[in-house]
Amino acid sequence: MPNILNVHELRKTYSSGGAELTVLDDITFSVPAGTTFALVGPSGSGKTTLLGLCAGLDTPNAGSVELCGADLGSLSEDERALLRNRQVGFIFQNFQLLPTLTALENVSVPLELQGDPRAVESARELLAKVGLADRGHHYPSQLSGGEQQRVALARAFANRPQVLFADEPTGNLDEETGSRVVSLLFDLNKEAGTTLIIVTHDTDLARRCDRLLRLKGGRVFERQELNV
Amino acid sequence: METLPPETRKAGFGWLLQMAWRDGRASLHRLVLFMGSIVLGIGALVAIQNFGLTLEETIAGQSKELMGADYLVDSDQPPTAGFLDTINQLPGTFRREVNFATMVSFPDRAGTRLVRVRGMEAGYPFYGALETTPAGAAETYIPEGAALLDATLMTQYRLKPGDSVKLGNLTLPIAGGIDLAPGNTAVTTSVAPVIWIPYEQIDKTGLIQVGSRVGYNFYFKVAPDADLQAIYDLWDPIMDRNNADVDLHTDTSQRLGRRFENVGRFLKLVAFIALLLGCLGIASSVHIYMKEKRQFIAILKCLGATRRQSFLIFLLQISGIGLLGGVLGTGMGLALQQIFPRFVRDFLPLELDWSIHWGPVLLGLLLGLVMAVLFGLLPLLNTWLISPLAVLRIGHLPSRLSKRLTALVLGIILLVIWGVSALLLEQPFRALAFVLGIAFTFALLAGIAWGFMRGIRRFFPHSWGFEARQSLLNLFRPNNQTLVLVLAIGIGTFLISTLYFSQDLLLARAQVEDGRPAANLILLDVQAGQQQAVAETTRAQGLPVMENIPIVTMRLEKIKDRTVNDIREDTTSTVSQWILSHEFRVTYRDSLIESEQLKAGQWVSAYNGEVPVPVSLSDNVARDAQVTVGDRLLFNVQGVLMETEVASIREVDWGRMQLNFSVVFPPGVLDNAPRFHVLTTRAPDAETSAALQQSLVRGFPNITVLDIRQLLEVVSDILDKIGWVIRFMAFFSILTGFIVLLGAVRTSKFQRIRESVLLRTLGAKGGQILKIAALEYLFLGAIGSVMGVLLSLGATELLARNIFETPFIPSWVPFGVVIPVICLLVLGIGLLNSRSVLRSTPLEVLRREGV
Repeated sequence: MPNILNVHELRKTYSSGGAELTVLDDITFSVPAGTTFALVGPSGSGKTTLLGLCAGLDTPNAGSVELCGADLGSLSEDERALLRNRQVGFIFQNFQLLPTLTALENVSVPLELQGDPRAVESARELLAKVGLADRGHHYPSQLSGGEQQRVALARAFANRPQVLFADEPTGNLDEETGSRVVSLLFDLNKEAGTTLIIVTHDTDLARRCDRLLRLKGGRVFERQELNV
Repeated sequence: METLPPETRKAGFGWLLQMAWRDGRASLHRLVLFMGSIVLGIGALVAIQNFGLTLEETIAGQSKELMGADYLVDSDQPPTAGFLDTINQLPGTFRREVNFATMVSFPDRAGTRLVRVRGMEAGYPFYGALETTPAGAAETYIPEGAALLDATLMTQYRLKPGDSVKLGNLTLPIAGGIDLAPGNTAVTTSVAPVIWIPYEQIDKTGLIQVGSRVGYNFYFKVAPDADLQAIYDLWDPIMDRNNADVDLHTDTSQRLGRRFENVGRFLKLVAFIALLLGCLGIASSVHIYMKEKRQFIAILKCLGATRRQSFLIFLLQISGIGLLGGVLGTGMGLALQQIFPRFVRDFLPLELDWSIHWGPVLLGLLLGLVMAVLFGLLPLLNTWLISPLAVLRIGHLPSRLSKRLTALVLGIILLVIWGVSALLLEQPFRALAFVLGIAFTFALLAGIAWGFMRGIRRFFPHSWGFEARQSLLNLFRPNNQTLVLVLAIGIGTFLISTLYFSQDLLLARAQVEDGRPAANLILLDVQAGQQQAVAETTRAQGLPVMENIPIVTMRLEKIKDRTVNDIREDTTSTVSQWILSHEFRVTYRDSLIESEQLKAGQWVSAYNGEVPVPVSLSDNVARDAQVTVGDRLLFNVQGVLMETEVASIREVDWGRMQLNFSVVFPPGVLDNAPRFHVLTTRAPDAETSAALQQSLVRGFPNITVLDIRQLLEVVSDILDKIGWVIRFMAFFSILTGFIVLLGAVRTSKFQRIRESVLLRTLGAKGGQILKIAALEYLFLGAIGSVMGVLLSLGATELLARNIFETPFIPSWVPFGVVIPVICLLVLGIGLLNSRSVLRSTPLEVLRREGV
C-alpha cells in the first residue's frame, strides 16, 4: 500500500522572547493510504503543530513533508491551498464552521471552491447523511455542539478527500455525543476510503485506529501498530 | 458523488460575489454603519457641487438678462460732449442711466429712507424682464413721468400706486412696485432699495451736487452676431482714457460667479471634511471588522481558498458598501441641493433652475467606492497575511504588513485626498496645505494616543480600585482600540470645534465694537455752505455733532513723474489699474485718528506753504501705486494740478465702522477747494434718528443719511443667513462624527466581549462590568475630545493670524459643551452596547456574537 503521507526528520522551532523554542524535533513517520492513524501525547507535546505541518497549514524549519505525492516544501501557499481543497479534509476540536454561513453553505464551500455546479445538491446529500437534512438553513450559532461537529464532518467529506485530518474531534463534546460523532466519522471514512489522521487525547478513540504515534516533548516517543 | 478533475474548474467571480454577500448579510447592521459614515459627506459634497454647476449654468445662461444689455460703458464722471461723441461711435443702440444714493421721503407717509435712484431711459432693459405690480407700470412710468419703487419699499411703507415719493426737489407719483429687475438681489435692495425714475427727471431733483457719488451708465444692444470681445478689445482702452470702462455681459456674470465660487469652495471643503471624517470611520470600522474576520479567512484558506480569493471576497464587500454609500449619498445630495437655493435666494439676482449634472453624480459614486476601498485597504491587505494555521491556534496573529507597503498605501490615500481637494478647490497648493494640515492632525492625535498608552503602562496607578484598574488596562491590552477611538473622537471633536471657532471668527470680524459711544448717524454730501445749518438742525434735535469732516475729490494725474495715461498704456507696469482712474475722496486734518497707525515717514500736522505738499497715504494705496515715502504724486483737484510728496504711510483698520481715508492732506491746503462735508452724530434711539432724518430731508434734500443702526441690522441679517449655511454644513460633520463614533464604539465591543464574558464567568457582578466599561469609554471620550479641542484652538489661532487677521478669543462652548457632550455620547453608546453582555448568560453571548 503506498504512503499518502511521508514525514522526514521534521523540525519546528518558534522564537519566543528572543530565545528559540523547539516544538518538534527529528520527527519521521509515514501513513499508508486508506489507513487510520492516531497522533497522541500529553498537552504541549507538539501534536497539533505536527498536524498543521502535515496538512500544509504551516511550514517546518527543517525536514520534509510529502502529502498525496506532493512535497509541501516546494509548494507556494496558494498551491498548498489548492492541494488542501482537492485532497484534504479537516475536522477541528472547536468545529471551525464559518459563523456567518448556514450549515448548507458551510458544507458547499469546498465544492464551490472547485467550481462544482452541483455543490449545493451534494452538500444537501451530505447533510442528510449526517442526519441534518432539516438543519441546512441554520447558522452555526443555532446548532448544538454535536450538530456543529456533524456539519463539520459533512464539510470534511464534501470534496471526497484522500486524507482527512481531525484535531481532537470529540474534545468539545460530551461522551455520548462524542461517541456518536466518532462512529459517524469512522463510517464515512470507511465508505469513502479516506486516510484518517487523528490528533487525540482519547485513548479509546486512538485504539480504534490502525496505527499510533505517541509524542513526548516534541519527539517521537512510541510507535504502535494496533489494528493492522 | 463524482470527484472533479482538479485543474479544470475553479470558483469564479460569481462565487466571490456570493461569498461576499453571504458573509455580508450576517454583518449587515455593521456594514450599514460603515456606509452611514460616508453617506452624509458624499451627500453634502454632491449637493454643493451640483448646486455650484447649476448656479454657474444659470448665471452663464442669463448673463444678458443680469445686465439687461450686451455690454455697458460705466463712468463716475458726468459725460462731456467729447465723451458723448465717443459713445455715439460705439456699435449698437444704447440707453442711458444715471444712478446715485440719496434720501427720499413719502409725503403720504411719515418716514425717510436711503435709496438708490436709477434714472432710466425708455427701452431698458434690452434683455430680461422688468416685472412690476401692476404689470403695466414698467411701460407707463416713463411716459407718465412716474416712479417705480422696489416692492419691499412699497410693503415697508404701505405705499400703493398713485401715492407719491419726494426725491430732492422733485415729487413723483408712484406707478408701481418692482418685483424683478436686472441685477437686483434681496440683499442689495435691503441695504438701499431701488427707485427707477425717468432719465429726464434726474436734473429736476437737484440732487447731483459737488461730491455726489454718481454713476453714469450706457447700456448697449448689438446685433446677435456681433463680436463682443472685439468691441471690448477696441474700445476699452479708449474708454480707460476717459475714466470709463467697458463691461461685457459675460464679465458681469463671471464676477457674480466668482463671488459665489469663493463661498462654494469653503462649503465644499466643509463637506469634504465631513467625508474625510466618514472615511476615518470606514478605516476604523474596517480595521476592527477585518480583525474579527481573521478566523473566517483562516478557515476559508484551510478549506483551500487562495489568498487572492480571500482578499477579493472582502474587497468586494467593502466596495459594495462604498458604492451603495455613494449611490445613497449622491441621491441625498441631489435632493439636498434643492434646499440650497433657499439659503442663497436673497443673494442671487436670478431664479435658479434645478438640474442634475453628471459630473457631481459620478464624483459621488466614485468617491463612495474609492474612499471606502482606499481607507479600508490596509486592513484588507492584512487578509493576505492571515495564516490558515489560525484554525488550529486560536489567537494566532498574522505577520504585519511591510512598512514599505503601509507607507505606500498611506501615500496613495494622501495623494487621493489631495487630488479630490484640488479638484474641489481648483487650487492645488491650497489643497496641499489642507492635506498636510489633515495629515499633521492625524499624526499628532495618533502620537498623543500612543503616548497616553505608554504613560499608563509606565505610571500605572496600582492603588486604584479593581474596576478603574481594569478599565485602564483595557486601554492598552492586546487588540485595544484606543488609537482608533481616540483618533475618531479626536478628529471629530477637532473638526466640530474648529468649525465652531472659525464661525466665531467670521462673525467677530463682521461685528463692530460695542459699548463705547460711537457715531451711529453719518450725514453725507453736506455742501460747504450747508454745514453750519445742518449742524444747527442736528443740535436742535438735542443731538451732538461728533465730527465734521471736510472732503475734497481728486484724481491722480502723475505718479513719480509718469502720467497715468503713460502708465495705463505701459503693459509692463504693475501699478494697480484702479489707482489710475479712481476718484479719491480726500480729507485734511492735523492728527492721526484711532483706526490709524504710522508705518513710515513723518506725520505733517501743519502746512507751511512748501511745494510739494506733504501728504499721507494708506498702506494699501502706497502698495498699489508702488510709491514710498519721498515719492511725488500729482493730483488733479477738480481742474487744479497739485504737486504732492508722500510724507507718511499709515496702516488703516478699514474694518472699523468709521470714516477712513486713503489720502490725508495737512490743514491749510484744501480749505478753499470745492468740497463737501460729512457730519456724524449719535442718536440714542430709532425715533430720534427718524426725526432727524425727516427734518434733514425736508431742509437739505441733497444730504444722504447713513443710519449705522439700520445698516447693522441688515449686516447682522446677512451674517445670520451666511451663518445658517455654515451651520447647516457643519451639521453634516457633526452627524457623521456621531455615526463614526457609533460605528467605532459598536465594533469595539466585540473586542471587549470576550473579557467581559470571562469576567462574568469568574464571578464579576453586572455592575462591576458596567463600571469597567463606563470608565473605559469615559477615558477614551475625555482623551479624544480634550485633544481635539486643544488642537482646534491651535488651528483656529493660525487661521485668525494668517487668514482672518483678527485676534482670537476662544469661546467657552467647545470646553463647556462639546467636551462633556462628546464624553457623555461615547459613554452612552459604550454602555448601550454593553447591555447585551449583561442581560444574557455568558454562553448566550458567546453564541449570539459568534465569538
